Order: sequence, then structure tokens, then C-alpha cells
Amino acid sequence: MSFRSPLGRARGLGAAREGVVSHWWLQRLTAVALIPLALWFVYGMARYHVADYQTVVAWMHNPYAAIAMILWLVMLFYHSALGLEIVMGDYIGIESIKVTLVILQKFVHVVLAVACVFAVLKLAFGAA
Amino acid sequence: MAAKTADAQRPLSPFMLGQYYRFQLTSLLSITHRITGVILSVGTVFLAAWLLSAATGPASYGGFVRFARGWFGQLLLFGWSWALFYHLCNGIRHMLWDTVHAFELKDVYLGGWIVVAASLLLTAGIWVLAYL
Repeated sequence: MSFRSPLGRARGLGAAREGVVSHWWLQRLTAVALIPLALWFVYGMARYHVADYQTVVAWMHNPYAAIAMILWLVMLFYHSALGLEIVMGDYIGIESIKVTLVILQKFVHVVLAVACVFAVLKLAFGAA
Repeated sequence: MAAKTADAQRPLSPFMLGQYYRFQLTSLLSITHRITGVILSVGTVFLAAWLLSAATGPASYGGFVRFARGWFGQLLLFGWSWALFYHLCNGIRHMLWDTVHAFELKDVYLGGWIVVAASLLLTAGIWVLAYL
């Protein structure tokens, strides 16, 4: 049985005013992807002497490391935007403030994600 | 009418915590999952600063490293590393629940304690590795 109203089912919308299955599913999908990526990232940060500039450049010159870093960034920022949207939706009672903040945080996430991926590519393709 | 007014005045979650409910591990871990999630979202700015300073060049990277290796930077990194491990471990617990596993009350508590222990052990482990 379904707990959703016929109208809600027809629109594909729930209380969050958007595709419930899609948001819920993408949050889990990115979460699963982040398990190995997060472990790889934290291990790399602790294992390599990242305080040294040349070490970081050399690390990102390894194509597999650069690819893993970009995957980590994309999944992380996507998951972060989805999560913040839920938190804002649950705790901000005033609709106009909630919608404004959700839009703002999505923009900030996109900007940070693009900037980070660009930085990795610059390190990866730049001079050693 | 009087009952309806009383209903409207009733405090709502999450403000029930502490004031009206006795301490429960489950509710504490639940709100901690959200708090660590928000903390990690804020931490992405630090991650971006790390990558962008590296992409800018050795001088700006030196500036970032000076901050990151200072006591405040290390405190932030230590907090974020625990927040990440906690959110990771508890996230796995959440996804187990999604598949309708470990959902009996005793399993919910057992999983909760495992998450607390695992997040602390992983955090300790990664910092030992970092300073070796």
C-alpha cells in the first residue's frame, strides 16, 4: 500500500515539493559512492606529506589519483547539497527564507565544485 | 477549544530533546548525524581552499599550510576528520535500516555503540598515521 495521496503520486511530489524518490535515491547513491572515496581521500591526506607543495602536485599528476579526487569532489558536493536541502527544509519554517537559502546553497555548491575540479585539472595537467 | 490551544503551544522536535525527553543514545546519534553533515558541508570550503591554493602556486599554498598546521587549523581538521568518520559510519547504519536490517531496538542500540566506537578508533588511527 502507498501512504501518498493520488494527487501527490500523479505529480510525483511529496512534502518536500519535489520528486521524493529521486532525492532519496540520489542521496543513497552518492552516499554509497562516498564510502570508498572518503576512505581513499582521508587515507591519502594522512599518508602523503600534503603540507609539501611538490608532494601535492606529484600526487595530482598521477592520473588515477586525479580521477579519484574528481569523483570524490563531485559525489561530495552533490551529497552535501542534497543533505543541506533536507536540513533546511526541516528546520526553516518561513517558506521564503527556506527557498532562498536552498537556492543559495545550491549555487555555492556548484561554484565550489567547479572551482575544486578546475584546481585538480590544473594541477594534473600543469608543470610537475 | 482549550485543548486545541494547548496542542498549538506544544513544543516540537528537535526542541523536545533534553528538556522533555530523558537522554537516549538513539536520539543523540540521530541529531549528531545531521550536525556532522552540516559541519562537513561547511568544511568543503576548507577543502576548496586547499585545492585552489595549490592550483594558484607554491606561495599561496604556503599560506594555506601555515594556517592548516597552526593550532586552530589542526583543531578544525581534527573535528572534521571525526565528523567525517561519524557521518560515514552512521550513514552505513542508516542504509542498513533502509534495507530493513538491524531494526530491532537492541540492534539499533548495538549499532549505535559500534558507530561511536568505530568513529573514535578511525579518527585516532588516521591521526596516528598522519603524525607517524
